Amino acid sequence: MTTTDIPTIADPNESGARAAVRDFVARARGGDLGSAPVVAGLIVIWIVFEILNPTFLSSTNLVNLTMQSAAVGTIALGVVLVLLIGEIDLSVGSVSGLASAVLAVGFVELGMPLPVVLVAAVASGALVGLLFGLIRTRFGVPSFVITLAGLLGVLGVQLAVLGRTGSINLPFESWIVQFGTQWFLPAWLSYTLVVAAVGSYAWSQVVLARRRTEARLPAVPLRTIIVRSVALLVLLTAAAWYLNLSRGVGVMFALFLLLAALTQLALTRTRWGRSVYAVGGNVEAARRAGIRVNRVYVSVFVLCSSLAALGGVFAAARLAAANQSSGGGDTNLNAIAAAVIGGTSLFGGRGSALSAVLGVIVIMSITSGLALINPDSSLRYIITGAVLLLAVVIDSLSRRSRAAAGRA
Amino acid sequence: MTYSTQPAEHLLSLRGISKRFGAVRALTDVDLDVYAGEVVAIVGDNGAGKSTLVKILSGVHPQDAGEISFEGVPVTISNPTEARGLGIETIYQDLSLCDNLDVVSNLWLGRELLTNGGLDEVAMEQQSWTLLRELNARIPSVRVPVAALSGGQRQVVAIARSLVGDPKVVILDEPTAALGVAQTAEVLNLIERLRERGLGVILISHNIADVQAVSDRIVVLRLGRNNGDLRVADVTSEMIIGAITGASDASLLRGTRPAAVAR
Repeated sequence: MTTTDIPTIADPNESGARAAVRDFVARARGGDLGSAPVVAGLIVIWIVFEILNPTFLSSTNLVNLTMQSAAVGTIALGVVLVLLIGEIDLSVGSVSGLASAVLAVGFVELGMPLPVVLVAAVASGALVGLLFGLIRTRFGVPSFVITLAGLLGVLGVQLAVLGRTGSINLPFESWIVQFGTQWFLPAWLSYTLVVAAVGSYAWSQVVLARRRTEARLPAVPLRTIIVRSVALLVLLTAAAWYLNLSRGVGVMFALFLLLAALTQLALTRTRWGRSVYAVGGNVEAARRAGIRVNRVYVSVFVLCSSLAALGGVFAAARLAAANQSSGGGDTNLNAIAAAVIGGTSLFGGRGSALSAVLGVIVIMSITSGLALINPDSSLRYIITGAVLLLAVVIDSLSRRSRAAAGRA
Repeated sequence: MTYSTQPAEHLLSLRGISKRFGAVRALTDVDLDVYAGEVVAIVGDNGAGKSTLVKILSGVHPQDAGEISFEGVPVTISNPTEARGLGIETIYQDLSLCDNLDVVSNLWLGRELLTNGGLDEVAMEQQSWTLLRELNARIPSVRVPVAALSGGQRQVVAIARSLVGDPKVVILDEPTAALGVAQTAEVLNLIERLRERGLGVILISHNIADVQAVSDRIVVLRLGRNNGDLRVADVTSEMIIGAITGASDASLLRGTRPAAVAR
């Protein structure tokens, strides 16, 4: 067997950074922008708010921002999954509210142990998702309509669970509230986790490159892996260091990042993940390839609603309360907007779990920045709406230029 | 032309296949034989029953009457998974590729190789290159999304994908319908390579020139019935068209008697 006809990804004489830039330019021309627009947008947003109010980029404010992001970000993670199979879930806000209510009522009014209540809260979400998935696959009703009905129906269940009290406060001493408001990683642990995460990333890349070289396939050069890993290490260490100037990295936020990483692994390294992308790309092709499409639909709806419920638990833990407006207001749209702004396509089959992280930070930066300038929420809604619109326009434009470059 | 070139192994044999959709008789008493290492073209006008026959073989619809035997054993094909399990792969006209996935992902979709519970991308990529090289296929990279490939390259990917499961019979539904001249030639070369691998190939086509260029035998369907089983070497395109349109007598053309093709 010869290797002459195998194209090499990067010229070995070229430095890793230059090859990466060239690769990116080639992909961007083809309309595959990846995370570039959202990162650029985030930098612009941060600069503008920092100019308008110098406390915006203070360590204290950024710690608050990360803690606010965890709940909506977890919900957005589920939305990413649903968007990947080309569906939508409009009920995530209501489902998160229901989970908040189940948590508060079970723990405070019924006095059940916390672990049981937590399982019940997430299970209530899973149940709703199962129902959506079954209706979607059995009757073929568009998910837009199913989840719109779910938005109302689940809100009703939430109100029924809360009963006449309407608002329930969680005891401040309970560990769930401590977890949502007071628990931060010690500085040494945050650095250890950063090193461990970057180390395992670098190690997996080195192992992969070695296997590819043994298999006589083009592999990422060791130098590129080192450059990337060091860059990642510097970036994450700097972020952890800056947050550690104030209260540090919240346990809830770290848990959200862990969930995002696990979701990303499941999407890229498992058969299930591959089938999610396949269903989003071409359902009929996926079915003909022997993928059990209905199972993919049901599993994704269950996961989405379960993550929404977990997000609701996070929100209740952070606010130390659940009430009739938990999960209402802009929760729903913020979560969906976060997924789309982060770069997950509304058209299905394109996106990653990372987009939930980036998107939610953009959304929360706008919320937090405007709250510092002007406590009135009118401007916040307008600007969030405009950013969402911009993200969708970028999505549509890149889809069009992908089509022009033959990468639709 | 003599019978000596006829491959001996009887792969697939259909007898008396009938299929109705309500009041419409899509197929009536159709026979079809496919041998290993042979390309059989199924031709016919619109509504002649070509697609219905393909769908019965690929497990989309079961037949109402008639027997299918595979390698001499009577079988029932009630769904696409069973067809694939027997070793019958179908390449649909729309190719059924996921545009957002790369070539490797498409080739192995639904039967990914695993290592330690995760996808074994290295093994899949390596075997993809081996397969594409065996087919002499020119694909720039197996890590580009399929949407970035030309029509001919996409057809190559679809054909290569059908070979991943190591099938015995490959059915191609109008593989050249949307292709240019050069790409058509490439796909026809590929079909010849499938024959060299000892596969039974069923080619559905409207294009008489393509059919004559690549197939060994032509089965003509007309109004859901057999209207001729012709050896390509013995017939002209006028005769094929005559059988398709019904201008020639079906009874004379039935069977492979060389004398029968003389009018």
